[in-house]
Amino acid sequence: MARITLDHLAHSYAPEPRGPADYAVKEIDHVWEQGGAYALLGPSGCGKTTLLNIISGLVIPTHGRILFDDRDVTALPTEARNIAQVFQFPVVYDTMTVAENLAFPLKNRRVPRDVIAARTKEIAGLLGLERAVGRKARNLTADAKQKISLGRGLVRSDVAAILFDEPLTVIDPHLKWQLRSTLKELHRRLNVTMIYVTHDQTEALTFADKVVVMHDGAVVQMGTPEELFERPAHTFVGHFIGSPGMNVVPAEVEGATARIDGHAIHLRQSYPKLPERQRVEIGVRPEFAHLRPKGAGIPVQVRRIDDLGRGRIARVELAGRPLCASVAEGAVGIEGGEAALAFDLGQVHVYVDGCLVAGVPLAGPAP
Amino acid sequence: MTKTVNQKAWLLVLPVFGIVAFSALLPLMTVVNYSVQDSFGNNQFFWNGIGWFQELLDPSSQLGERFFDALWRNLLFSAIILLIEVPLGISVALSMPRQGWTVAFCLVVMALPLLIPWNVVGTIWQVFGRGDIGLLGYAINRLGIDYNYTASPLAAWTTIVVMDVWHWTSLVALLCYAGLKSIPDAYYQAARIDGASPWAVFRTIQLPKMRRVLLIAVLLRFMDSFMIYTEPFVLTGGGPGNATTFLSIDLVKLALGQFDLGKAAAMSLVYNLIILATCWVFYTIMANVDAEHRPAGAAQDGAAETGAAAPSRTRVEADRRAT
Repeated sequence: MARITLDHLAHSYAPEPRGPADYAVKEIDHVWEQGGAYALLGPSGCGKTTLLNIISGLVIPTHGRILFDDRDVTALPTEARNIAQVFQFPVVYDTMTVAENLAFPLKNRRVPRDVIAARTKEIAGLLGLERAVGRKARNLTADAKQKISLGRGLVRSDVAAILFDEPLTVIDPHLKWQLRSTLKELHRRLNVTMIYVTHDQTEALTFADKVVVMHDGAVVQMGTPEELFERPAHTFVGHFIGSPGMNVVPAEVEGATARIDGHAIHLRQSYPKLPERQRVEIGVRPEFAHLRPKGAGIPVQVRRIDDLGRGRIARVELAGRPLCASVAEGAVGIEGGEAALAFDLGQVHVYVDGCLVAGVPLAGPAP
Repeated sequence: MTKTVNQKAWLLVLPVFGIVAFSALLPLMTVVNYSVQDSFGNNQFFWNGIGWFQELLDPSSQLGERFFDALWRNLLFSAIILLIEVPLGISVALSMPRQGWTVAFCLVVMALPLLIPWNVVGTIWQVFGRGDIGLLGYAINRLGIDYNYTASPLAAWTTIVVMDVWHWTSLVALLCYAGLKSIPDAYYQAARIDGASPWAVFRTIQLPKMRRVLLIAVLLRFMDSFMIYTEPFVLTGGGPGNATTFLSIDLVKLALGQFDLGKAAAMSLVYNLIILATCWVFYTIMANVDAEHRPAGAAQDGAAETGAAAPSRTRVEADRRAT
């Protein structure tokens, strides 16, 4: 049990890193609170596995320190760190039974035999593996093997955190849900820090209390699933989270008025001093952009309407740019592909060079 | 749907039957033919039934004694070879580099002995071990140890064993290395996290994952050492006395030296049956190992591919010299 602090951490696989492009993980300052359920979310190659391996001690960072509580563990080898890790592919020791697999980390640490037996039994019970304890681990299904991997981490009572490296990759879809809820349940009961690496936003958003979104080696936003959805700090987060992702359109913003392709939108906040000669965009999620009949907003061309089951999404074009908007239940009354967009003004964000800009609340009531 | 009977299809299979009969069946039947008859030359043959076999398998007869002596000698030789080459091969494979230019270097160096023809290996060691002009023999004698492989059975055995280890350990090592390379990194990382000692990593990860390639290695080395002929023939000619007369050397002496075709034919059939039986035992073990793994349905298990390729490979290798 520990709080994990990343202190000015950075890592490069190049022996002599020159520019920022050489870094697999750019400088990060971050604290993982004890007992939290975190997800590290990002596309392949964004450095999330490297970061995980730095925490587990399989990779020694180029710069910075890692602290478990107040103890500096940067140079400590994996086995001295009280970390457990579950890998993408299930790792079980083929020749051993399930019980022997679970007991292995304790046996290596010379824990007394009766303690091992009790602990193994308890963890097998927690994971729902009681029936399989006597069986050879290699004959089990992939999800049971992943449970064993997890169990090998849980048996150690001193474990500081459990790291998951895309653990559901090889699990059948219908078992993914089950295993994920087992994980959540265990997290609730055991009060142990869990860090979960994934590129799947559904996994991240359903598992974690706090999601850390990484892009190109840097952390772009950390927050609860709601925050990531409602206030993406970066256009990348807007694109990456949500399906379909956030609409981002170039705009001219002056005070509380944004102009897209000459059409004015009155924002809820004012942006008095936007830097000049930089890319200014506004972002709005499809969920907050509504398709309306022609004349009731910014005119757009409707290309097609997709039924996603839980709702309908219109693919529209605004001045040659593809956007997505939600379509209300029932008919909308679109003639010849001509329609309009209306935004929930509270959910329209302004980005400069990809980063969210905080506005100034308007003094009087909105015009 | 009914299948139409087309007898003409037999015509298409006929060439295969012809070739197999000519290449395998007829020579084999010649041997069978000799093994049940006695000949005094002049192409005159007398029916002897199973007489040669009875004599061969009866340890109290002269032929039987000679056969069983050679058989035990050969089994002892195979056992020594396996006991040395398998552990040595594993440890060489474990200490080989995993990446970088040294990998290619090591592989080439290891493969070199495998590329040398058998009789050249015999000649190399024959010269190398000589007390007068051979570096090894001269050096050992200068150390004060009496070493002469043409006079002392112990020296002859030692030389043949060392020669075989030199020639074939790389095969075991290369097979093990392939097995080791197929273990995903995650296993080693998990073992580190679990606090496993290097010995525990070897016992619980490396050895189990190498099991299938090891079975192949053991099979190949057993077969080759059980059928060894050229190297000891060139090195010692079966001597001193009969000390290094292995089954195949004895067989050649019997067939080509004494021209006892009946006895030799009976002996080669028994010899062949022993090899076939061993092959079958190994094949069954390997098939069982694979069958045990199948329910796991672990397609991501990298070692599965090596295992699947195993049976056909061993068959080819075994057939190469069994017939």
